[in-house]
Amino acid sequence: MDQTPPPAAAPDLVVHEDHGVHTDHDHDVSKHVKKYLIVGGLLIVFTALTVFLSYVDFGNSKANMAVGMLVATFKAGLVAGIFMHLSAERKLIYRILIFTALFVFALFWLTYLHWYDPVVR
Amino acid sequence: MDIPYTTTARPDTGLWNAKIGIWLFLASEVMLFGGLFSAYIFLRLDALPGYWPHGLLNVPVGTMNTAILIASSVTVVLAWAALKMRQFSRYKFYMGITIICGVIFLAVKLLYEWPDKFHHFGAYIRQDRVQKYEQYLGNQYLAERGLEPRYEITGHLHNEAALHDPNIHEYEIQLDQVNADPTNPASDRPHFLPLPKTDKIAHVAKADVQHAEMFVPKHNTFFATYFTVTGLHGLHVLGGVIVFTYFWLPIGANLYKRNPEHLANRVEVAGLFWHFVDLVWIFVFPLFYLL
Repeated sequence: MDQTPPPAAAPDLVVHEDHGVHTDHDHDVSKHVKKYLIVGGLLIVFTALTVFLSYVDFGNSKANMAVGMLVATFKAGLVAGIFMHLSAERKLIYRILIFTALFVFALFWLTYLHWYDPVVR
Repeated sequence: MDIPYTTTARPDTGLWNAKIGIWLFLASEVMLFGGLFSAYIFLRLDALPGYWPHGLLNVPVGTMNTAILIASSVTVVLAWAALKMRQFSRYKFYMGITIICGVIFLAVKLLYEWPDKFHHFGAYIRQDRVQKYEQYLGNQYLAERGLEPRYEITGHLHNEAALHDPNIHEYEIQLDQVNADPTNPASDRPHFLPLPKTDKIAHVAKADVQHAEMFVPKHNTFFATYFTVTGLHGLHVLGGVIVFTYFWLPIGANLYKRNPEHLANRVEVAGLFWHFVDLVWIFVFPLFYLL
């Protein structure tokens, strides 16, 4: 991901957003449209799969939880990667998100720590 | 006043300003929902056996709403693509569908799902009186099969006056399937299609009840988290619908005439927020409805 400034463009001109991998010509955006429709279809299919799998007994509720969260994470990945353009984004956005992930991890870790609380255990 | 870098990228970040702004905002949103999800985990893991309900939400309706939200995520990205291709009427069309999807989602939540809960009654039986209601709870059967015990009797409350009148000493509950026939193996796990209430009536003495009310937030930790999370999520959907409507109205057309790229960027930023709301729902749906 190069940080070279994009060529100066008049406000009403299209700026190359995606590292020059592809441009914003009509042709390219229309190619993306097909991708968005496919991803939308996939998300619907995986929603149906989540519902179906939740009625399959994987032995215990923890296993069912793991399967459900696995499918949900995959779906979230599709939304973030394709719809939110995270599959090809600038470095600064990734930096912001790395810090976010660290803080969320710390938050969940605090929840986890309560298992060692001598008052309730 | 002209705000710089609304359509051109800043040389140092390679991004136009609003894009950094929305991502910083979404980062704070991740923390907001992260706190609620960690509360969910905390409360669920610490729930005593039999005190985390299953199968009380309407799964087909939840599935439909999930599909509606996903469809709206697709249409908003198509609306943005249409602006990039300078097809304004197509943008109006897709944005219109997005708004309709958001409104349907909210309507289903506020006019059907929540009120349905507010008319569903549940009574938790005191631990020392559980035996008396064995015919509705089936705990001996559940223990034999290694399943979690059951302490709650749910259904339609016939004598709603009992909620407030201290002179009425019992609840008259038209039972849900699970309490009418508690030893039926079909009730061991939740169903996809919600089962209709039975004709069987149970009389539950108030003295035997730990606490009882409609399915409102205070009924149990499950409904407390359910209403908090879906309520906050619903507010986000409402916010998105308002912003999209603003862009759909003539204000959007005027901006398009002045600077189409500016409107495209605004729609992209609002779209990023909308996708995030969709992303949150992708976790809410299985956690509350299914698992």
